[in-house]
Amino acid sequence: MLELSRLSIGFRRPAGLWRREVVPALRGVSLDVRAGEVLAVIGASGAGKSLLAQAVLGLLPANAVLAGAMRFQGAPLDPAMLRGRRIALVPQSIAWLDPLVRAGRQVEWAAGRAGLPAALRQPAATAALARFNLGAAASRRFPHQLSGGMARRAMLAIATLGQADLLVADEPTNGLDPENAARVLGHLRALADAGRGVLVISHDLSAVLPQADRVAILRDGALQETAPATAFRGRGEALASSYARALWQALPESGFHPAEASPC
Amino acid sequence: MNVAGAARPALPPLLAFLLRRLLRLALLLLSVAALAFALARAAPVDPVEAFLGPAAATVGPAQRAAIAAHWGFDQPAPAQFLRWLGQALRGDLGESSIYAAPVAQVIGERFAASLTLMLPAWLLGGALGFGLGLAAGAREGGWPDRAIRLYAYLLAALPGFWLAMLLLIVFAVWLGWAPACCAAPPGLLPEQVSLGQRLAHLTLPVAALSVLGVGPMALHTRAKVAEAMRADFALYAFAQGARRAEVALRHAARHAALPALAILFAGMGELFGGSVVAEQVFAWPGLGRAAIEAGLRADVPLLLGIALATALLVGCGNLVADLLAEAVDPRQRGQA
Repeated sequence: MLELSRLSIGFRRPAGLWRREVVPALRGVSLDVRAGEVLAVIGASGAGKSLLAQAVLGLLPANAVLAGAMRFQGAPLDPAMLRGRRIALVPQSIAWLDPLVRAGRQVEWAAGRAGLPAALRQPAATAALARFNLGAAASRRFPHQLSGGMARRAMLAIATLGQADLLVADEPTNGLDPENAARVLGHLRALADAGRGVLVISHDLSAVLPQADRVAILRDGALQETAPATAFRGRGEALASSYARALWQALPESGFHPAEASPC
Repeated sequence: MNVAGAARPALPPLLAFLLRRLLRLALLLLSVAALAFALARAAPVDPVEAFLGPAAATVGPAQRAAIAAHWGFDQPAPAQFLRWLGQALRGDLGESSIYAAPVAQVIGERFAASLTLMLPAWLLGGALGFGLGLAAGAREGGWPDRAIRLYAYLLAALPGFWLAMLLLIVFAVWLGWAPACCAAPPGLLPEQVSLGQRLAHLTLPVAALSVLGVGPMALHTRAKVAEAMRADFALYAFAQGARRAEVALRHAARHAALPALAILFAGMGELFGGSVVAEQVFAWPGLGRAAIEAGLRADVPLLLGIALATALLVGCGNLVADLLAEAVDPRQRGQA
């Protein structure tokens, strides 16, 4: 569904008085997201994983330089044409909702942006919120009056308003307690099971692992490996890169082998 | 056993805020009054001389002393101030010597004339500045942004009186489209002036005065809109497929509206300063012109009254700006 081949992103900045240099941030990343699967991209902060989401949605700042190819359903990806309609974003924090607008109204606006005719926007928004257990009371609230979990579900409602085939979730569990994090990931899993492609970007391997089909490990802007989620078991013998193995072994689920995690 | 502390009911936050601000306004008025009084006392003008005018030559020293004693000029300055303050608190601001009428009445009439000039200019300048700022901030660095910025900087750099005179020369003298002076054609009684004539006399002063407010409002709004267009919620709107104009109108304008209102109300002082200049250039019989007359002809009661009225107006403007900030932003609502 989504194919990234040798995607590189850098940022232009002035070097001295006249010259400009490009600081690389993402180097030659190749990934694909298939329909019906959850692909998790895991990396520490600064690894460049959020840039992936911004590139796919065309939200990179003006001084970004992009190289490589992005294809969506067989055609070159044009984010400005697809975002909101075919590709939807689940942003990383409550700050992405407009603090001055009631939640329900923001969902209605999103319905309009997803291409729904004016008469259908309000019923569609109500239905989308109801899918994620948010009623009329929640939709009348301003974002700061919502809990983190409610806000995340409102953003899931926005992402599922249109006919988006691909969902990009940037740090969907950030700031949530384990119970709410599991709920949000469960929703994403269900959306993938319904036939959509889901790209989950996270730093939290242990939270994402139970719901992911495949896991891509990113480090310092370069892809270490893409492994099936089932490879993360035992002592990580099925993992190809030492960094992925070290990440896995540092988790309690692996039975803790921190001594072997030291090479990084 | 802390009964006193427990018994005192907590004031609602908005009421406490209002009380605090009203107290501050009263203190402001008091200090403005004291300062204006001190300045008037320090001015090298003999009030008796100013009162007598050309008749001063015919009045002997004994009569002068009698006048001074009648007005209390023989007493020390603090006593004079307290006497004036006591009367002012009872609503008696004294008698204007140049208009031969109670100061309160002069200010009332003049203020009404100024208001017909200032209110349209205030609203027009605010609306125009906000619209231009929104257009400029929606796409930073685009050609509308550059053109509007140049215009705003140019306006900010131009002195108000120069701009007013330029308008007068071009539109009243060269083109003859608008009358060159005053609030009405000369030689007519107030009842004889038609609404059309009033409006015709209003255009140039309002244009000159509103143009002054456009520059700062446009630049402030532009900065706020540009900031909002870079915010996460704007990125999210773009990610949902919103176009730039929609993000600017629905999100950025909302975030810029409150600071713009605050600037509009906080700018009432500048507006007043501008009106003094505009009224002088266009010979508009308003409060600003009365202030200049009072200063030049040493009408101390009128000068003090105008200083107080202006401070009250500007202080209330700031109070309203803060209240708006308190009431409109939902994040401020229901918080202590």
